[in-house]
Amino acid sequence: MRTLRFLLRKEFLQIFRDRTMLRLMIAAPVIQLLVLSNAASFEVREASTYVVDLDNSTASRGLVQRMVASGRFEVADASPSMELADQALLSRDVSIVLRIPPDFERHLTRAGEAPVQVVLDAEDGAGAAVLQSYVRRIIADHARELTTTLRPDRRTAALTDPATPPTASTIDVRTRGWYNDELRYYDYMVPGILVLLVTIVATSIAAMNVVREKEIGTLEQLNVTPVTRAQLIASKLLPFWIIALVDLGIGLLVARLVFDIPMRGSLLLVFFAAVLYLFAALGIGLWISTIAETQQQAMFISFAINMVYLLMSGLFTPIQSMPVWAQAIAELSPVKHFIVIMRAVLVRGADLAAIQAPLIALAAYGAIVLMMAARQYSKTTR
Amino acid sequence: MSGPAIEVRELTRRFGSFTAVDAISFEVGAGEVFGFLGANGAGKTTAIRMLIGLLAPTSGAARVAGFDVTSEAERVRQRIGYMSQRFSLYEDLTVRENIWLYAGIYGLSDDQIQERTDRLLEQLQMHGYRDVLVRTLPLGWRQKLAFSVAMVHEPEVVFLDEPTGGVDPITRRQFWEMIYEAAAGGTTILVTTHYMDEAEYCDRVSIMVDGRIAAGGTPEELKHGFGATSIDEVFVQLARPTRAGDREAATDPSDR
Amino acid sequence: MMKPSLRGFIVKETRHILRDRQTLLILLLLPLAQVLLFGYALRTDIEQVRLAVVDPVPDAASHELRSRFAGSGVYEIVRNVPTTEALTDLFEQGAIDQAVVFGPDFGSALGREKPAELLIITDATDPNSGSTMQAYARGVVEAFEREVSAQGPRPLRIVPELRMRFNPTLESVNLFIPGLIALVLTLVSALMSAISLSREKERGTMEVLLVSPLRPWQIIVGKVLPYLGLGLINVVTVLLAARIVFDVPIRGSVALLLAECLLFIVTSLALGILIAAITSSQRTAMIGSLLALMLPTTLLSGMIFPISSLPGWLQPVTHTVPAKWFILIARGIMLRGVGLDYLWLETTILLALTAAILVFAIRAFDYRLG
Repeated sequence: MRTLRFLLRKEFLQIFRDRTMLRLMIAAPVIQLLVLSNAASFEVREASTYVVDLDNSTASRGLVQRMVASGRFEVADASPSMELADQALLSRDVSIVLRIPPDFERHLTRAGEAPVQVVLDAEDGAGAAVLQSYVRRIIADHARELTTTLRPDRRTAALTDPATPPTASTIDVRTRGWYNDELRYYDYMVPGILVLLVTIVATSIAAMNVVREKEIGTLEQLNVTPVTRAQLIASKLLPFWIIALVDLGIGLLVARLVFDIPMRGSLLLVFFAAVLYLFAALGIGLWISTIAETQQQAMFISFAINMVYLLMSGLFTPIQSMPVWAQAIAELSPVKHFIVIMRAVLVRGADLAAIQAPLIALAAYGAIVLMMAARQYSKTTR
Repeated sequence: MSGPAIEVRELTRRFGSFTAVDAISFEVGAGEVFGFLGANGAGKTTAIRMLIGLLAPTSGAARVAGFDVTSEAERVRQRIGYMSQRFSLYEDLTVRENIWLYAGIYGLSDDQIQERTDRLLEQLQMHGYRDVLVRTLPLGWRQKLAFSVAMVHEPEVVFLDEPTGGVDPITRRQFWEMIYEAAAGGTTILVTTHYMDEAEYCDRVSIMVDGRIAAGGTPEELKHGFGATSIDEVFVQLARPTRAGDREAATDPSDR
Repeated sequence: MMKPSLRGFIVKETRHILRDRQTLLILLLLPLAQVLLFGYALRTDIEQVRLAVVDPVPDAASHELRSRFAGSGVYEIVRNVPTTEALTDLFEQGAIDQAVVFGPDFGSALGREKPAELLIITDATDPNSGSTMQAYARGVVEAFEREVSAQGPRPLRIVPELRMRFNPTLESVNLFIPGLIALVLTLVSALMSAISLSREKERGTMEVLLVSPLRPWQIIVGKVLPYLGLGLINVVTVLLAARIVFDVPIRGSVALLLAECLLFIVTSLALGILIAAITSSQRTAMIGSLLALMLPTTLLSGMIFPISSLPGWLQPVTHTVPAKWFILIARGIMLRGVGLDYLWLETTILLALTAAILVFAIRAFDYRLG
């Protein structure tokens, strides 16, 4: 224990004397948080629309107006030419073309239904899907309104019971989105990005720190002393544990002040989960340091591992959308579980009971990874 | 401690098909200054790394300070000091902090640490530099400091791996005076070097060529045996492909 | 044209790179792994929605609507709970994505004057998924409603005929691949050349080289050329893998695509040289590359996150990111099948950026060494 005290003091002295590293460890996460949170968004903004209205009736103009009024679409250009519309789509001037065929209103009043054509730039498949859902909604709402405002044709009137006025719809559907009233992407991304910060400090920076000592030769010097493996590992990991938690604290502060992220659950729970998570993250960092010979290698390996973890963690894309086998692999990722916990606690206000399962997973992974990495670390080369 | 300070029997280390150290055997008595000479790549560093527990031998055995280096490694570590080729001081710590760290790691009490630190700084005449970062010290000073730090816990055996590389002759001289002082105090010193003139400073010497001990003995014995006036000449003769006759003359009297 | 000394230097550099097996392996395999990873794991389409149903007074109609959800192919009814309060825990645990709450007299209200009540609650933590799931749910309800009201007064219907251009299957992978190429090239060409050059500088061997008959620009070219070759190999690897495994199309001219890739490789190399020139140590070069290269390339280039999703003030910044222009070009050629007639502006900008970076880089190097 006493030896550990000496080693820890040495570590902290070194860390605080390395100005660049210090700045990196404190400032970089903040910058990362600020930039990443703003950049990492799939929010679908106002879509530029090209309108080809070949009917020019009250009904058709009403549809266009409704689209604009929704705030989701803006009319960039309009003409009777589909060719021009197509060119605009090709050259990225617009992302959606709305074509209202001739006799639109007449079909509606005579036959009770009429088609419209919508062409979407689906290069961004996800965005197109969302736009599609908006378009459908707007069109359906317009049809509902027209049902009451357009005078029904005699034919349709004959089908109805004259005693019963035609009702606009028979099911009153109300929808509510929970946890994210304003549909802000920040609320979805920032908790996950906080996990990213903590992970980078724990794996990359810790790994590079150990490898640097290897490169210089001081690690070898320590291996010759009576310092035990456990003491050495503890002295290397504990400082970064603390730094990672401090970074998390700073990150949470920024999240609150700058991005107004809700913190509906207990922050204590968040830190508790972080402490458990760091077992695994630091374990991975330690493991990297045993197989990398140079700092460059350490950086590359940790970058590769982090990237795989991140992409599979549900940070950017939902885990639900992955194929089943990929979801199974994601289950083995401590990052995934920590992100689940972060979102559950911060955004949905979950309590300890609700996050039992991922917490246990974290504890288990942490123990396993750390044990494996410690085993790998040997003072004597075989 | 009874028995030799260092005992090596048929120590071997292979890396794949390459044999770096080939069944070497020798002994070093307590308080001796023992030189391990050889060209770069002859196997000296590999041998010393096995003795201090950084590398596992492929075969053979060794005992340091009375304990087996493989099965009783931790006990060995408590009783030895080591100074590597790169001096292995923490450049971003001060002189005092480096001493303090290693003294603490070896289990010295706070009082002992204070006392040793003062003594060390006095001997090195670095008292005014105690709060200076090691990075800013000139090479010769760092080297002397590294040696002192290796000795801070008063080990029984100290291993020095090429400690005088890149340093001017005067500093080298001073360094060797420090080694003598330590030996006079009862510490056994094993030094590896590729400077053949340093062999003259040792009590006994082993010359390694291609992983084997090609010759050993006191500097006088070697010079006499090879009809040479300097160890350098001895080494040159050994390093050249020799005729069978010459080989026989170079026996290995390091066994006692 | 190439003097023998330069050729010899290039050969030596190539051999040097080939010797570091670990790094080489990573550089060749990483792109492949990334293609597979991005393609399989990075999807945004919602295949399955876990649904909870709250139906305090079940009847024939609610039962019918319920089975519509179950049979939709997208919905999986995982829970039936008696009250809305019970939903809170389920949402918090992340056990369900959506919930359907039937009003007390759903069936009896249907077809009469008063509308039947239905409440759909969606977990909107992820706004896009939320919108999409809401749309799905509405679709199921509206189809049911149409059938039910076929017996009664019929509402008007506008039928949207939707066409998804450039990516009919809405596969996310088609979007990611061009960005992946940019990322890989940035990693291999820019990062590696930056590290290689700064290592030389740090070791001090740069001075030694300068004394040789090679001129400074020749030294830089010699050190950097092998990574051009490596970059090309990576591009071909990624394109082949994308084609074979995921059927990613290349609707335009392959020759044009490769030419633009070559241009971007030069851009990346230029960036690498610039970073090596202005950083003082290898470590700073590594970290600087990461921050100044990787981050903008992944975040601000439109590679994963659409540029239109960025906040307004950030969008003009993306004009300075070369990867952004390359991705527009690559997507144009691969997905839209257009040629230089549509892409001349982007290509010109990329050329101009490359030239500017090269000039800065060589100036900076000369200044530091001179």
